[in-house]
Amino acid sequence: MIELKYPFDEKSIRSLKAGDAVSITGVIHTGRDKFHKYFADGGRINVDFKDGALFHCGPVVVKRGGEWKVVAAGPTTSVRENPYEPEFIAKSGVRIIIGKGGMDAATLEAMRKYGAVYVQAVGGAAAVSAASVKRVQGVDFLDEFGAAEACWHFEVEGFRGVVAMDSGGTSLFDRVASSSHKKFLEFYN
Amino acid sequence: MSTVDKILALIRDTSSSLPDDVEKAILKAMRREEKGSSAKMILKTILDNCALARENVTPLCQDTGTLTFFVDSRLRKKVNRKVVSEAARKATEKGYLRKNCIDSVDGRSYDDNVAEGAPVIHYFEPESPDSRPTVTLIMKGGGSENMSRQYSLPDSSLGAGRDLKGVEKCILDAVVKTQGYGCAPGILGVCIGGDRATGYEIAKEQLLRGLADSSKDPRLAKMEKSILKKANSLGIGPMGLGGKTTLLGVKIASRPRVPASFFVTIAYMCWAGRRRTVEI
Ligand code: SF4
Repeated sequence: MIELKYPFDEKSIRSLKAGDAVSITGVIHTGRDKFHKYFADGGRINVDFKDGALFHCGPVVVKRGGEWKVVAAGPTTSVRENPYEPEFIAKSGVRIIIGKGGMDAATLEAMRKYGAVYVQAVGGAAAVSAASVKRVQGVDFLDEFGAAEACWHFEVEGFRGVVAMDSGGTSLFDRVASSSHKKFLEFYN
Repeated sequence: MSTVDKILALIRDTSSSLPDDVEKAILKAMRREEKGSSAKMILKTILDNCALARENVTPLCQDTGTLTFFVDSRLRKKVNRKVVSEAARKATEKGYLRKNCIDSVDGRSYDDNVAEGAPVIHYFEPESPDSRPTVTLIMKGGGSENMSRQYSLPDSSLGAGRDLKGVEKCILDAVVKTQGYGCAPGILGVCIGGDRATGYEIAKEQLLRGLADSSKDPRLAKMEKSILKKANSLGIGPMGLGGKTTLLGVKIASRPRVPASFFVTIAYMCWAGRRRTVEI
């Protein structure tokens, strides 16, 4: 397992290869549909994404004793952000996108150009991902977007995932899909 | 203990604790995956997740799914809709269930997970009058439900005819099409034949069978084994990122059909194959 610590510099991000298992420590920010749309429409964001990480996640967060506590923080399906992500990568300087299911060719190209990777979190593993959030630093757009779509700032420790799209233009999803399809056809020839 | 509390405990345990056989199958699969591989790491994470959820009594997946109860018809009075709804309400309050029920017309949330037809309740006839009456709950998440499919044979695009070879081709095609998107490794429940509606019903019912269970029909038992083996040689792996573990089990049943129809229905269950039975 490769340890990644915030800030994520371009060189170590570019050295990651599709298929690498990683463990992420530092701050990561959540953002989903409303967040992406707002950014694409020219909205201002007071979060520094330079060398940072964006997490496609709709967490369940509750306030206990005046502090935010994460109850569940699994990844959500990333394809919905395809239309926005290349521009977000170009403008924000983000290095790691965390989500589920992968993204399209345009996003892969932006990752190659600007030096970013896509990390697939373990789908459904709500309990461990919540446990890896050590502290909630804060939240933006809570009233505007609602809790599940707000931009949460999580301090994580040992958040596990797999590099599924690297900055060399390789997508593991595409590779596995084509090799498994080939194998399937072989059964019947 | 009141019946409501018994059903509440059933929901709590189903949501927070993966069935033993599924957890053991994941453990076995993890040992088989290569050292340092992403597949091994993912399966290890799933196992850590299950241990943590069990210890903290929290949902093991954030999608607590559709609740489907299979109730012995002798319990029709005791385990009625009112009782099940009350238990679902309490389970939501206690955090065993997430707010997971949306009105399909106006998009509003039923915050207590109770609505017309939710939870789903099926009453079944017991196999023998001497058996102890049971209630079984299955919780199936949306990501996996979205991957369930129905084929109609012959399927010319696949080159699948109206025979067992054609059936097998459909099932494997479903595995290839699904890739990791239903949170693989998964479990398949399959119904050969029937009409469209019973096809899905019977396919889903197969997910109640233990992983060690083989069909009583030797032809189907053979098919279950051969599809499992072939699917796991496709290299799709956990979450579709490659590896030896694409499926944990295949359970097949068949139902008669009318001469004009030949459906093959596949119910896909994710690794979070939550099912549990209690005697009441
Ligand atoms: S597919 Fe299963 S494991 Fe994945 S998010 Fe849905 S319920 Fe959870």
